[in-house]
This record gives sequence, structure tokens and C-alpha cells, in this order.
Amino acid sequence: MVKFVKGNEAVVIGALYAGCDYYFGYPITPASEVAHAASAWFPAVGRGFLQAECETASINMVYGASAAGKLSMTASSGPGISLMQETISYMAGAELPGVIVNVQRAGPGLGNIYPEQADYNQAVKGGGHGSYQCIVLAPGNVQEMCDLTMLAFELSFAYRNPAIVLTDAMLGQMMETLRLPEAELPRPETDTWAVSGTPATRKNLITSIYLDVAQEEAINRTLQEKYARMQVEARAEQYQIDDADVVLIAYGVSSRIARTAVDKLRATGVKAGLFRPITLAPFPTAALCAVADGRKLLVVELSCGQFHDDVFFHLAKGLGRVVNVGLLNRMGGALIAVDDVVARVKEL
Amino acid sequence: MAVKKTVGMYPAFDRSGTSTRASHYCAGCGHGIIHKLITEAVTDLGIADRVVMANPIGCAVFGYYYWDVGNIGAAHGRAAAVCTAVCRTCPEAIALAYQGDGDLGAIGFNCTFQAANRGERMATFFVNNGTYGMTGGQMAPTSLEGQKTATTPLGRDVLNDGYPLHVCEVINQLTAPVYIERVSVADTRRIMDARRAIRKALELQRDGKGYAFVEILSPCPTNLGMDAVQAAQFTNDKMEREFPLGVLRDQSATATARPAAPAKPGPAAFFTSNPDGATDAAPDPSFAEQRLKFAGFGGQGILSLGLYVAEAGRFAGRYTTWFPSYGPEQRGGAASCSVVVAGNPVGSPAVDHADVVICMNLPAYERFAKDVRPGGWLIVDASVPIAEKPVGVQFVSFPAIQFATERGMPRSANAVMLAVLAASGATGLDRRVMEQALAASFQKKPSLIPKNLAIFAAAYQQAGG
Repeated sequence: MVKFVKGNEAVVIGALYAGCDYYFGYPITPASEVAHAASAWFPAVGRGFLQAECETASINMVYGASAAGKLSMTASSGPGISLMQETISYMAGAELPGVIVNVQRAGPGLGNIYPEQADYNQAVKGGGHGSYQCIVLAPGNVQEMCDLTMLAFELSFAYRNPAIVLTDAMLGQMMETLRLPEAELPRPETDTWAVSGTPATRKNLITSIYLDVAQEEAINRTLQEKYARMQVEARAEQYQIDDADVVLIAYGVSSRIARTAVDKLRATGVKAGLFRPITLAPFPTAALCAVADGRKLLVVELSCGQFHDDVFFHLAKGLGRVVNVGLLNRMGGALIAVDDVVARVKEL
Repeated sequence: MAVKKTVGMYPAFDRSGTSTRASHYCAGCGHGIIHKLITEAVTDLGIADRVVMANPIGCAVFGYYYWDVGNIGAAHGRAAAVCTAVCRTCPEAIALAYQGDGDLGAIGFNCTFQAANRGERMATFFVNNGTYGMTGGQMAPTSLEGQKTATTPLGRDVLNDGYPLHVCEVINQLTAPVYIERVSVADTRRIMDARRAIRKALELQRDGKGYAFVEILSPCPTNLGMDAVQAAQFTNDKMEREFPLGVLRDQSATATARPAAPAKPGPAAFFTSNPDGATDAAPDPSFAEQRLKFAGFGGQGILSLGLYVAEAGRFAGRYTTWFPSYGPEQRGGAASCSVVVAGNPVGSPAVDHADVVICMNLPAYERFAKDVRPGGWLIVDASVPIAEKPVGVQFVSFPAIQFATERGMPRSANAVMLAVLAASGATGLDRRVMEQALAASFQKKPSLIPKNLAIFAAAYQQAGG
């Protein structure tokens, strides 16, 4: 069955099918529709909704629910996500799951409410203190706003690690057809680690304090090993790649513009393709290296080049040598025009 | 005299990394007494399996070394948020916050205040010793006027640092809390009072009766630079003068447990209960992609007009997107939206070069008329003054606002414009799906469906469809 919904609403549908018990959030444009839909739909299906007093409280409520072995989430944008970083670090340190949806707006500072992708480094490279890594998923359409929110819960509980759905104002506010999920996800087993106020969980402990230096280092190494294991979850979509001379590399809102550009370029005889990471962390390094080698590359993104720099880094890491990667970007909430992508590719 | 054996704590404090029974607290510190009072009451009330204790930052960060209950370490100031989540997601759990004055009164004050205001099903044990303990004797929000601390070397100056914060009194301004009391553990008589208060707070939690707040004055000899006796005297004499002991509120006799929420159908049942009749789109490369822009001012139903067309596309089995753009003002500002109807999955939902532009006012015309591709359609409300008819495009002017207003349905100018669009044949979508979309949009107000279909039909005819 299909529904015509906003991306921000699809997030809530995905969360509920994933079994999310509680939504904790604070409104902010352009993420507010997530809270609006959650406030209506969570109680309607017997789950809980709470508008917290601030984003700091929201994320600490997510921390608390996760510590109790329950599924919960929050959603915000820009300034609100920045406020959450301390506790996302705590979640990583205490190995707690939990889903955070970032409907990116333009920054820095108060910025504006139009789409940008400038929280890439914050999401993918940590954002809070310490050596940690979130799982970061990047939907490219309304269907994936739902599906990847479900996946975020699944991976988050499988790896006991915070997961971020990194999306943007356009994907959040646009409407598109959503096929409802086939079934709800099975409930994850949490009694072995969570503190749920039950006899079975009474001796469990959720903490991230390790005063002993050797123990803290061991914990850090364990975390890094976990992040390395998560690499098998990397995924990407390839569009018109096989015979492509030029590969556009983009995620989220930019990937949609790039996809239209690929169609336009092919209509004029230019063999273009699109590589779209679906997971930004873990990054689909091997798949990217396999398609990128020997082709002209252009990153299309809405930031100063944060994603571009990471593409450059992963290619160098995967191929063992430096590869030239072009950048076409806008900032401040401006979208990239399809014609600009087409023109830039023809210049390559 | 036999010393009563401590109950409710781990028999050995293995989690501290040593196997001794010595705690990490300083001699003369009140924490150990408070820990004992809590664990003893938890044990006596038979609720240890249900208790989830939010451990704070500060000296009691290692509470989990001792308390044989479920323990969660909370970030600085956030125990109340953690407890909020625990008590809301685990109906059987008893959520307790144990926090010091810096944690609760400074960084986390709003967190506690808001949880108290919501009447969360939790108890807070607020340990007030007038200074930061583990961090090293800095000024706390509860430090006394003139009190010398690591960050007030000349004594707390109220002109610079403000006044000692009376947390119980602030919490007592709120409606929801059931029980608020300030006690002390500085001597035996006071400890027995504290024991009673802590038990009452825990009994309320056992019975699910709501928010309880117990402030406990507690000596901190190390950071006050005193010995144990002097610190206890300081607590009794100086601190109590600023923070008088006593019950501020006790509604335990009349408080009742909140009823459980009624059972509801799951998401699969909920989301599939009301199908709109549309089916998934199927690829059809022969259908020429239509990119449409709708613009006017907020309140003219611009976003809805776009939505009608997007829905019509869905009912026709097409891939569609709808993307709004409106100013920061929620009402009355400029409003526009982009709609794409296609035979294949849509790439960019933003419309730069439009096949159709519909303008409902002059600013929209001035901004978007130029976006029509050569040979595309420009449809404007007749109220828009146009000096020269644009060339190179198919131009339609129709008095949609007037047409709707004259028929007593000014809010249906967008339905009129939909009919004009249908009559123009610009979109490749027929009248039937437009009407289907219009009707579907009034699903929640069915009385409006016939009226809107009627004005649609009249406008369609007038527009030459």
C-alpha cells in the first residue's frame, strides 16, 4: 500500500514500523513536521511522544530510554543537533543505541531554513568529544526516509551505537509516494545489557566513565574494532555507471539533482553516471574505488566541500594514490541547478 | 551497641576496582549516610529489582559501586531527563535521580524543573553540600553568601555571583510535584528525619503516585576545609539558616497513580486503515515529464493547489513530487511550490525551468513568469495587472479569485485554478484525476467535496474545457 507523505512524515512511519517506543523532541524548522507527525501517530499506535524542554533534554531522554533497552528517537536541525553532541558522545561511549534525525538547514549559526549538507563532518567525523563514530545514513528520497529510519534502528541496536539519519530541508519537506513497509521489525533483545528496572537487568550497568587509563584505552580499542566491523554495512546506489566516462558523486538532496543531470547529459550523448552513498558511515569506500578508478569524477554537494574532501580521502585510502575529484557546490540554502551540473561536466 | 548492617549495597565494592568495603568518600562526608538510607529503604520496601538509579556527575558518579539496583550514568545535569525516559518507557521501573548541587542546581536546573513540572513518576534526591565536591571545591549555586570556595577566593559576593539558590522553594512553585521536603544528615536526629523523608519519597514511587523531591543538606569537610565535626556544625548552623528544614508540600495521602494508557492497534493496522485509492507508479517513458510551479501569497491555497496536481498525478499512476517553499512567515508571506509529474522516478523536485507556471498575484508573476520554458504555459489570475502579454509561451488569464468569491467560496480560488489548468490540457492529466484529487483532499471535511466539485465543474466549463 502507498501513501503520499512528506519525508519528515515518512521518518515517523519508519520509526513506528521499527518498533520505536518513544519520541522525544523539540521543534525546529525544517524538522518540525517530524515532531508534528510523531505527536499524532505515536500515541495513535500506543507509543509515547514528549515535547522536551530543549534539545539537550531530548537527547538525554533518548539516552535514558536506550539505557533502559527501549527504542527511541529524536529529530532536529542545525543548532538543535549541535546541542545534542555531548550526549551523542556519551551514547557512543556507553555503547547505547538510539536514532537521531538531522534535517539539515543552512548554517553556520542561526543560518536559515533552506537545505544544506554542511553538517557532514559533524555527523560523520564525530561531532562530540572523543574518538567515536556514529552510524550515518543518507536517504535520497521519501521512501528511504522511511526505510533508512528503520535500518537506523536495526543497525543501532545490532551494534549498540547511535545512528544518525542525515537528511535535509528538501527531503524533509517534499512529498513523494511511500510504499508502506511489509512488516514491523522484531523487537531487539536487550536484557543482556540494558537497565530496565527488572530482576534480569538489575546487575547491568550503563556508564562511560573509566578512570583507569589502561581500561579506557582498551574500551577505545574495542570501539574502534566495532567501527571496523560495521564496514560490512556500507551501501551505495549506482546509476548509469557501467559505461560512464564521468561519475557524479552525491548523496541526499544533491543526488537527486545529479540524477536529473545524468539523464540530461546522456540525452546529449555524454556518458555520465551517479554514485550515491546510502551509508556515509561506514563509507562505501570499496564500491567507490571500484567505479571511480580511471573516470572523471565530480562531487556535487551543498557545503564547502566537506563530503568532497571525504571522497578524496576514501579514494586515496582505497586506491593507495591521490585521485583528482572535482567539486560543484553551493552554500547558504541555495540549490544547485541541474544546468550548472551539466555545464560543469562538459567542462571536465 | 550493635551497628546495624548495611542492606541494599553490594557485599563487596568490586566495581571500584578494589575488593575492599571502603567507599571512596571522605571521612565526615554525608553521601555514605544518604546512600545507606536509600538502599535500606529500597530493600525494606522490596523494590530493588524495580529501581533504576540515574548516577550523577560529581562525587556520587560512582554510586554504582555500591547500590545494588539498576544503574545508569547520566551526563552532567541530565539525570531528570534520563529518569523521564526510564519511567515513561518502563511502566514497572522506579526511576530515581541522585544529584548534587552543581549538577542539579546549576547545569541541570531546567532539566529538573521541567521534569518536576511534568510530574514525572520519579524521585529526586538532591544532595546540597554548598560546594562542588569531586571537581574541587568551586562555588555551587547553593554556596552561602561570603563562603570562600576555589572560585570565590574572597567569598561569594552576591553582587557578582548572585544569591544561594533555594531549589525546594522554586520546585514548590509548580503544581505537579506531590512531595517536597528539605532534610539534613548532619547529626543523628536529623538523619532519622532524613530516613523518614527518603522512605516517603520511595513509597510514593513504589505506588506510582508522582514526583517527589527531597533535598538533603550534607556536610563536605574536605572542600569546606574543616574537620567532620566542624563541617556538621557548619551544616547545622550556617546552611540551615539559609535553607530551613521541613516539609514544603505533602500530598501523599491524596495522590493517585496515573491510569495506564489504553491499548491501541499497531502501526501496520493504523497506516493501512485508510487507503486513498492510489497505487504505486509504474515506469512509462512515453509520458513527458511535467514540471509545474505554483505561486501566490500564503492563504491563497497555493500549496494545496500544487498538492491537488501532485495527487492527480498519483491517481494517474505517475511518479510525482511536491516541494514547498515559503517565507519564514507562516501566514501571509509569499508562498510557492514545485510539482513534478513524471513517467520515471523524479530527480530534482525543485523546478527551475517550468512547463507550467501558475501565478495568483503580481509578486508571484514578477518572480516566476520568466521561468516558463519556451512554449510552456503561463496561467495567471486575472487580477494580476499585465501590461504586455508575454510572447513565446501559452498564456491564460482567468479571474479565479473573482469567480470563487462571487460564488461565496473565496477559499476555493485554488479549486477554480485547478479547473483552469485541467481545461488548458497543459499537464497531460485529465479532468477525472484532477477531480479525484480534489475530492481526496477534503476527505476529512466531506461536506466540502460536492461544493468544490461543483465550482470546479463550473470553472472548467467557463475556461473552455
